[in-house]
Amino acid sequence: MTEASGPLLSVEDISVRFGALMALSRVSVEVHRREILAIIGPNGAGKTTLLNVVSGFYHPYEGRIRFEGRDRTSLKPPDVAELGIARTFQNVALFRGMSVLDNIMTGRLLKMGGHFLLDAVWYGPARRQELAHRAAVERIIDFLEIQAIRKTPAGRLPYGLQKRVELARALAAEPKLLLLDEPMAGMNVEEKEDMCRFILDVNSEFGTTIALIEHDMGVVMDISDRVVVLDYGRKIADGPPEQVRKDQAVLDAYLGVAHD
Amino acid sequence: MIEFLRSLVLPFADMVSSPTFFVEVLVGGIAAGLMYSLVALGFVLIFKASGVFNFAQGVMVLFAALTLVGLMERGMPVPVALALTVAVMIALAFAIERVVLRPLVNQEHIILFMATIGLNFFLEGLGEQLWGSNVKRLDIGIPDESFSVAGVLLNKLELSAALTAAVLVTVLAVFFQRTRIGRALRAVADDHEAALSIGIPLKTIWVIVWSVAGIVAIAAGVMWGAKSGVQFSLSLVALKALPVLILGGFESVPGAIVGGLIIGVGEKVAEVYWGPLVGGAIENWFAYVLALAFLLFRPQGLFGERIIERV
Amino acid sequence: MIYREAGQFKTTYAGDQAIFPILQDRVFVGLVALAAFVAVPLLANEYWLQAILIPFLIYALAAIGLNLLTGYAGLLSLGTGGFMAVGAYSAFKLATAFPWLNVILVFVLAGVCAAGVGLLFGIPSLRIKGFYLAVATLAAQFFLIWLFNKVGWFVNYAPSGTATAPPRTMLGVMVTGPQATAPVRYLVALGLVVLFALVAKNLVRGRIGRSWMAIRDRDIAAEIIGVRPLRTKLLAFAISSFYCGVAGAELLFLYLGSVETLAFDINLSFLILFMVIIGGLGSILGSFLGAAFIVLVPIFLTNVPNWIGLDMRTDTQKHLELMIFGGLIIFFLIVEPHGLARLWQITKEKLRLWPFPH
Ligand SMILES: Nc1ncnc2c1ncn2[C@@H]1O[C@H](COP(=O)(O)OP(=O)(O)O)[C@@H](O)[C@H]1O
Ligand SMILES: [Mg+2]
Repeated sequence: MTEASGPLLSVEDISVRFGALMALSRVSVEVHRREILAIIGPNGAGKTTLLNVVSGFYHPYEGRIRFEGRDRTSLKPPDVAELGIARTFQNVALFRGMSVLDNIMTGRLLKMGGHFLLDAVWYGPARRQELAHRAAVERIIDFLEIQAIRKTPAGRLPYGLQKRVELARALAAEPKLLLLDEPMAGMNVEEKEDMCRFILDVNSEFGTTIALIEHDMGVVMDISDRVVVLDYGRKIADGPPEQVRKDQAVLDAYLGVAHD
Repeated sequence: MIEFLRSLVLPFADMVSSPTFFVEVLVGGIAAGLMYSLVALGFVLIFKASGVFNFAQGVMVLFAALTLVGLMERGMPVPVALALTVAVMIALAFAIERVVLRPLVNQEHIILFMATIGLNFFLEGLGEQLWGSNVKRLDIGIPDESFSVAGVLLNKLELSAALTAAVLVTVLAVFFQRTRIGRALRAVADDHEAALSIGIPLKTIWVIVWSVAGIVAIAAGVMWGAKSGVQFSLSLVALKALPVLILGGFESVPGAIVGGLIIGVGEKVAEVYWGPLVGGAIENWFAYVLALAFLLFRPQGLFGERIIERV
Repeated sequence: MIYREAGQFKTTYAGDQAIFPILQDRVFVGLVALAAFVAVPLLANEYWLQAILIPFLIYALAAIGLNLLTGYAGLLSLGTGGFMAVGAYSAFKLATAFPWLNVILVFVLAGVCAAGVGLLFGIPSLRIKGFYLAVATLAAQFFLIWLFNKVGWFVNYAPSGTATAPPRTMLGVMVTGPQATAPVRYLVALGLVVLFALVAKNLVRGRIGRSWMAIRDRDIAAEIIGVRPLRTKLLAFAISSFYCGVAGAELLFLYLGSVETLAFDINLSFLILFMVIIGGLGSILGSFLGAAFIVLVPIFLTNVPNWIGLDMRTDTQKHLELMIFGGLIIFFLIVEPHGLARLWQITKEKLRLWPFPH
């Protein structure tokens, strides 16, 4: 049972380079089961890059990534998704031409299978599977309170709702690890409160482990169990929120810098 | 099987054993390649400045040549006819901007692409309606004769066409890299707002690039027309320029030039040496397959930089 | 207040996910089907069937095929003519090599051949996108046409270089060849297009369609969700080419009777693409509307001068047709870039509110 007791995800000494720029240098982060981890840092610190490495979108030139104890460094994005990692994006990446319902259904793609010829006749297992997953998606729709926009094309929604639909799409995969890249950016206070509530509910009701990037320090202090701080591609602090808040390096690097 | 492999390799021996012929083939390839470059440049200009994949470039070549010949047939001296043709192409650019591009601004690229195919049909009909659809000879005063240099046979007409193409290509490249307006045009390609801040309205830029593309079309039309007569098949030249584009990149001026040369030479050599093996007439598709094979190894094209996508 | 959803609450997800969830739509579709299968073959004359309806049905099938690829999976292809040629020539080879084979089976197998070829030419789509891919598919177009032109085997070494549809019967009725009557050929084409349109609809409203649209709308996000781009794109190429292949086979067997490669040249590719775009990208219904538009416009243009008693030289008329056709396409793209399907939808929405607009 060593596997179940260790961290869910461990990123060990990874470095990522874009040309001359070191976007991440020897960063190590652990994400523990059932926690909410916040990743903070000034713009350009490498936070999104870290998530991209974990989702297999970029590959580090050194270091390792383990998920549930096994080495997962060189996987491609679809393989990472199959492990049970889902995410949202800093600049919403919904399928704009598809309805909200279809967007969320797409999130369950990996749970669906069968031969395409059965899909072609919409019969038997193919039809049953479609209906079963529709029911599961409807539960997520209820949970996130987006019933009214089910059939709306995602591209036509206001920004705040798009972010919520993106969360729904990630949740539809029933991930073990949920990565959220600035889920509250650009939202008004009310929308932020809703989003906080959803994140906390997801964590407590489904037991989903969450790693999120966030700029709003109030939000970070409120909802996270632990905070990791990045600056210029390096990790400069890691610990409980109250401790990180007092950390001198963090105060210098991050809180002193004006951020948006 | 062995026999077949032998016949695949044999052409290399031919190249070595008869070098003057090989040089002739190469020169022919370069000449054709420069012409492809010229047509490809028309595409690149428009794509760079407006993101429009202008399928009508080929018909613009035909239209320009038809206009020129039509005016000359009506007894106009060459310079006057040429000047008038330039005027016609510029007028066409204005019309296209006003009637086609402006109403479709901000539409998806595929819609604009389709519109240029519509334009393609329209111009084909218009050109042939105005000037007639029979094959016309275009005599620009350079005889279609050959002479020999160090045992290598060279065709006067091909050579002067190649030279003209080379000059035009250079002028355009310099225009883009060195002049203020050229740089502004490049800026539009990269960033519409940046271009606006330079103070040139978008529609002016569009008219300029379509005019320049029209003038390039005249040059291509004159050269191809002098070689093989002005007729509908001229508009198909454009199809030959497309593989040049995927090789060189839709937005790269040097790419269009080098890509054109590679395609021109590759195609000629393949046709002459390997064509008979498969029954000939491979020039219709060979360029595409060549470009495709190349792209599989280097998807960013000849001069494109490898960009790492962001999310 | 005739056309509306009101009162028709969907109590089950099955009902909500049906192709025609609204009763009025179902009635309308039923009436159209009745007319198409019964009234038309009884009433329509030879000219209508041969010059309009049969080509319309065949083009609609090809347009559905291309729409799956371009409209749903977002992969622009200019090789449709080439894939249709594969269907036509493989159907010809199959039908002549195995004379006992049922024609429908011949069509389907021809589609499978086209799917294989489509798969092959779809491989570059993994690494190149957009217009680059479009140009790359031209390689398929030119290479395939050249191949069928050069290799005599494909036409059984016919000196004329043409492939001629052999006469074949089904249920004792002549279906192809010179003796097959227009109503019979029409019914076969109709049956096939209805069947395959339903199949296409099933594919696009389910798991597979969603993975195509996901790749189309945001390929990176799709991959991170678990869509495998290679498999997804190749499936789109294969299925799309299958449709085009069947349509190509029908073009030879049910419409033209005999073909040369010229029938499948690049203009055919453009024509089908026009149908898809004018009908509406990502709409099965749109493929039908677009095919109708593209088939009817030239016929209309050819006949208008006669109707209004205008006497034109044939080449003048040909040029005018080209100009008007090109102009109409531009006009149409400007007026409704989302195609006829969108117009239809807007009309329906208006109807739903009528007579109480708000
Ligand atoms: N695909 C890329 N190509 C080049 N540079 C990149 C790329 N992605 C990120 N970067 C650079 O890496 C650094 C870190 O970026 P990012 O991880 O997005 O920061 P943030 O912490 O704001 O999310 C930035 O300087 C950014 O410009
Ligand atoms: Mg970021």
